[in-house]
Amino acid sequence: MVLTPNASGRIPCTVAVSGLNNVDSPGPGMPVIRSLRQSQRYDFRIVGLSYDSLEPGLYMHDLVDKSYQVPLPSAGTGALMERLRYLQSVEKIDVLIPNFDAELHNFIRLAPALESELGIRTFLPSLQEFDARHKAVLHEYGQMHGVKVPVSSTVFTINEFHRALEVSVYPLVVKGKYYDAQIAHSADEALSAFYKISAKWGLPVLVQQYVRGTEVNVTALGDGAGQCIGAVPMRKLYITDKGKAWAGVSIEDPELMRLSAELVASARWRGPCELEYMRTEEGEYYLMEMNPRFPAWVYLAVGCGQNHPEALVDLALGQKPQAMNDYEVGKMFIRYSQDLVVPMQEFEKISTLGEL
Amino acid sequence: MKISQNIAISENGFLFNPATGDSFSTNDTGKEIVRLLQEGKNQAQILDAMEGLFATDRASLEKDLADFLYMLGNYRILDANTAQSR
Repeated sequence: MVLTPNASGRIPCTVAVSGLNNVDSPGPGMPVIRSLRQSQRYDFRIVGLSYDSLEPGLYMHDLVDKSYQVPLPSAGTGALMERLRYLQSVEKIDVLIPNFDAELHNFIRLAPALESELGIRTFLPSLQEFDARHKAVLHEYGQMHGVKVPVSSTVFTINEFHRALEVSVYPLVVKGKYYDAQIAHSADEALSAFYKISAKWGLPVLVQQYVRGTEVNVTALGDGAGQCIGAVPMRKLYITDKGKAWAGVSIEDPELMRLSAELVASARWRGPCELEYMRTEEGEYYLMEMNPRFPAWVYLAVGCGQNHPEALVDLALGQKPQAMNDYEVGKMFIRYSQDLVVPMQEFEKISTLGEL
Repeated sequence: MKISQNIAISENGFLFNPATGDSFSTNDTGKEIVRLLQEGKNQAQILDAMEGLFATDRASLEKDLADFLYMLGNYRILDANTAQSR
């Protein structure tokens, strides 16, 4: 797909972005938009996609040009496609970047129709790739791609949970299928964690080997053909009570970068991802999770010299961006919260008309 | 005993370890020791260099230097393979 530069020499391009929930457990949407706004090559129009009228990004008009509510992922692909048909009758969206784990399944399934019917490009992994790195099967995924992953078992019933405890060593980690993790030092603690997490997130629940070490994360972008287009590693400096990074710093870790690039290449990963590792005292790296989207700290990568969201747009438009191998070490990010004061009419508009 | 690669220390004694992301502040004495380590000096050579700067006996200086180096090892500022071979 070829887009023609405008008078300023930049290529006009409309990108739809979800994940505008820039809250204490932030979605990646706003950092992705801020990254796109840094582009020197594109002149972006940003269309925000929201699920809730209180997502702060809806009201950040300096970053988001126009916003639309979209149906919750549970409404299915039919409702989403219908809504996107309407959006495309009003907008001319060139590229769509979904940023929520829970919505990705629907967007991956719709991707061919979005392109052929509506002309909206995406750059997403296949359903097979998406499911293969799910935390319930991450151990097998790690074995397939030569990365260490803590041993874990997936349990669907309390009996299975008790059986898993019998063969586990304490401390262990009890994890929810999508979110949440608790360290348990005894069977009582593990049982309490099981009930709490399964009540909140449903079953299955994971019982995982505890790995002691320092958490280090990588934001990366794969071209789907075995090349890692860019990668930046970060260590969290301040973690919120929800386990989210409130501050972090880019680090120099050649072994981590080698492992990450090899994983992206071996998996032929298509699109953005966040690789969460634990680095042990012995210098071993365990992959704890692979999130199939940009992390909320992706703007740090831009600060380090790698604009991954811009490169994703290149890929979605069928271009081949140059691989970014260098990045600045010792760049920090620190989040802040700020009150947006908005007229009630705006809240009314998005709540009743579904667009703003 | 070698200082880890790429350790950066500023004029103000702010030290950043790019491998771990850790940062520390040290006083002028600590800054001088780190500088000497970066020059490749060993513990005895650092002691010699420091002796003339402080009005204290060598034994006290040796103990303080050993404590400081132990701390650098703990904070992974000294190369893990060489931290014990001081």
